[in-house]
Amino acid sequence: MKRRLLLKQLAAAGLLSLTAWTPATWAADTIKVGILHSLSGTMAISETSLKDVALMTIDEINANGGVLGKKLEPVVVDPASNWPLFAEKARQLLAQDKVSVVFGAWTSVSRKSVLPVFKELNGLLFYPVQYEGEELERNVFYTGAAPNQQAIPAVEYLMSEDGGGATRFVLLGTDYVYPRTTNKILRAFLHSKGVKDSDIEEVYTPFGHADYQTIVANIKRFAAGGRTAVVSTINGDSNVPFYKELGNAGLKATDVPVVAFSVGEEELRGVDTKPLVGHLAAWNYFESIKNPVNDAFIAKWKAYAKAKNLPNADTVVTNDPMEATYVGIHMWKQAVEQAGTTDVDKVIDAMGGQKFQAPNGFTMEMDKTNHHLHKPVYIGEIREDGQFNVVWKTPGPIRAQPWSPYLPGNENKQGL
Amino acid sequence: MRIAATYLAACRYCLMALVALAAALPAAPARAAGIAPGLLDPLAGDDTQAKLQVISQLGRTAGDPMALSVLEALGRGELYHVAAQRFLLKDKDGALRDAADGAAAELPAQAEPIMLNNRLRRAIQGALAGSRLFSDDVDVRLQAAVRMQQSTGDAAAGLVRKALAGEKSAQVRHALEIALASAELQSPDPAVRRRAAQALGEAKSAAFRPRLAALLAQDASGAYAEPDAGVREAAAAAVRKIDRHLSIIEWAGNLFYGLSLGSVLLLAALGLAITFGLMGVINMAHGELLMIGAYVAYVAQWLFRQYAPAWADWYVVAALPMAFVVTAAVGMVLERSVIRWLYGRPLETLLATWGVSLMLMQAVRSVFGAQNVEVGNPSWMSGGVTVLGGLVLTYNRLAIIVFSIAVVGFVWLLLNHTRLGLFVRAITQNRSMADCVGVPTGRVDMLAFGLGSGIAGLAGVALSQLGNVGPDLGRAYLVDSFMVVVMGGVGQLAGTVIAALGLGGINKVLEPFSGAVLAKITILVLVVLFVQKRPQGLFAPRGRSAE
Repeated sequence: MKRRLLLKQLAAAGLLSLTAWTPATWAADTIKVGILHSLSGTMAISETSLKDVALMTIDEINANGGVLGKKLEPVVVDPASNWPLFAEKARQLLAQDKVSVVFGAWTSVSRKSVLPVFKELNGLLFYPVQYEGEELERNVFYTGAAPNQQAIPAVEYLMSEDGGGATRFVLLGTDYVYPRTTNKILRAFLHSKGVKDSDIEEVYTPFGHADYQTIVANIKRFAAGGRTAVVSTINGDSNVPFYKELGNAGLKATDVPVVAFSVGEEELRGVDTKPLVGHLAAWNYFESIKNPVNDAFIAKWKAYAKAKNLPNADTVVTNDPMEATYVGIHMWKQAVEQAGTTDVDKVIDAMGGQKFQAPNGFTMEMDKTNHHLHKPVYIGEIREDGQFNVVWKTPGPIRAQPWSPYLPGNENKQGL
Repeated sequence: MRIAATYLAACRYCLMALVALAAALPAAPARAAGIAPGLLDPLAGDDTQAKLQVISQLGRTAGDPMALSVLEALGRGELYHVAAQRFLLKDKDGALRDAADGAAAELPAQAEPIMLNNRLRRAIQGALAGSRLFSDDVDVRLQAAVRMQQSTGDAAAGLVRKALAGEKSAQVRHALEIALASAELQSPDPAVRRRAAQALGEAKSAAFRPRLAALLAQDASGAYAEPDAGVREAAAAAVRKIDRHLSIIEWAGNLFYGLSLGSVLLLAALGLAITFGLMGVINMAHGELLMIGAYVAYVAQWLFRQYAPAWADWYVVAALPMAFVVTAAVGMVLERSVIRWLYGRPLETLLATWGVSLMLMQAVRSVFGAQNVEVGNPSWMSGGVTVLGGLVLTYNRLAIIVFSIAVVGFVWLLLNHTRLGLFVRAITQNRSMADCVGVPTGRVDMLAFGLGSGIAGLAGVALSQLGNVGPDLGRAYLVDSFMVVVMGGVGQLAGTVIAALGLGGINKVLEPFSGAVLAKITILVLVVLFVQKRPQGLFAPRGRSAE
């Protein structure tokens, strides 16, 4: 009997805490904004900080008078790294909470799972992470990089004299849609540069793979055949065992450089960086970029982390998807103000051509037609302190090509 | 020929430096020119070509100790730009000196270290390799000799011959002889080339295979890249020898990788072999006990860095007893507060322990944050030893194999040679009978569960040396652990050991052919089929078993 009482108490406590989460005010003088990032499960490591940056940006906008004279009211939900749950939570945000816009999703599979919901309910999603392209939806704005804004420049760099003049490539990734598609594009790109199939090796691992012995031994064998570089689309935290194995097996960045597309400052926080030093990452933003806008952005984030008492607040870092989230929210605010309403169709029309002075040192512009930002590309070398030295960058922002021209059948697919 | 050309291109900078060095060496002791003012200035700029020129210039004067220490500091990232014509460097002992005259100096606040990229690093290594061949330190000489093995041409050959003349260490001599052969493969004399090809075949290193194979290539008109038939024969024999050696290495490697993966699985599963295997508790929180063990390693590392930095390399050793005590305590509390009430009700146990696992994960998230935390390999566990001339056995994997043997031994002793072990086995066989003859079953349950949890904690410390330490660490190992215990046969330590090593071995033998994804799937299918055929596992308890 006691146990039943305990259960009842627990259930009551659970209900109470649930009600605490639902918005306290029903007044119409706020604009509701949905935040759809995993706060538990495997993706929590990457997505939690995006939720916090979104809240910080909303606070900042509210402190400056809000949007259209109304305050923004964040509605935070937790899809728990569970792809079908993403769709459910998106439906809840749009249909029940009636949010004007949603900022969220990280993995491509979570984006794919919420797409039908946004199309059906005519919602608006801002997606802040670099991805594989081959997609263009009216209801989505992509503030992360398309392949030609990250993957292709990185491989071009590896082939250049400065990048080591690689002639052989190992394309190593976790087995899901982003690495598979990116590697398909990269293979087509390498073919166009005259690299033969015998000089390309494509390797995939399951999610959460931790034993890279065989793969590292293979890379070593492959590298004996000529200057080799590894292009890694390994998902977030599987990178650590990979780099550890690589370092211990004696493959140095000067011999076989690894360029990663999913390793940023946030991921390096939980890592012993010694074996990684000298390896590369390609992004559109690094915390180490020096300019006044970025200095202010970092200072704001650090102050926010301290004020809100986030875990490990004294070591917080900024990274590319956080910057993309920040830019996305501000651009949405500008578009709403230009349109004079939060109506989704009008905001979508007003988004094209929005400009914003971004922390990456450029005035970023939302393309007039293709829903992607024009972004500069940086290639950084991992430093011992978990930050990056920029070793190469594009002269300015470049336009996204969501449909890669290197894949057949994409010739006529630009724009919406 | 194209591949050979690539090699030539890659070594152009080290060659540039070497040619100059070979010319400068005889005069070097007499010169003490120092570094010309302004020479280093381009290093602070953005022009890579100019930087490369400075490096090769420094390489040319590498007989000068100041130029040498500037190059070395540059390579370590400890050369600082202060103002035009003024650079500071941190020497090997960490003392700051002026790069021009070597005078002691202070580091101003605005000084920035010179940034390098991989191309510059390679150029620096090339520039240093020549002078390092004559270093006083055997290890430095050996490294330089190995590096010289990738060089080609007369200048390199001359330098290697000179080094060989004065070299005493057999190991370095061997490396130099290979380097000489590598350089002589381009010699105009067919007899020399043949000898070089033979020597490279003897060296059995995969690194020489492309160049040897290139000699055998035919162009469109049928003419060989290598005109001399004798040399071609020698090269073909060398390629065969290298290939044979490579396949031996590959198989030895697979065996080692299998053993290593098996020992990781064994460690992860051993605690469960006690709590699930012997006590029959379906403990879904087992993974979280591993995770807590790993976090104890993190805390131990932090404590050592904070209070005993001199001993920081040994934090792992201290973390082991700490992890055992902490996780055993967590396990015992768990047993007393939750599991005790659920004995004999597997479904409720499963749900309750699953809930506990979620709570433990969230607790860790609240205390340490959702982010992974950094646990570094101590220096004695970093790197590896090369055997068979190409197979690297990494120290952390070796340490874990040894550690898992020790833990198995410890558990075996405890179960078979202590009173607690006797009681645990008695309860496993027949709980009510054991109760009747006076075994305090409640207390023994608690202790046994604590033991299993403590061992999971030990495993967690070991896992922290291989991969990530984060709140989700346990999830990755939970399924594997259950798989090992179920396959080994419930209640059997030997079964667990054999199942772990077997699964690890099969996985690693399959992986080169099928890829990591398919290997994992194949293993799961095999286990399903096996359990269908033999539900009691590899080793079933004999005779009448209780319950």
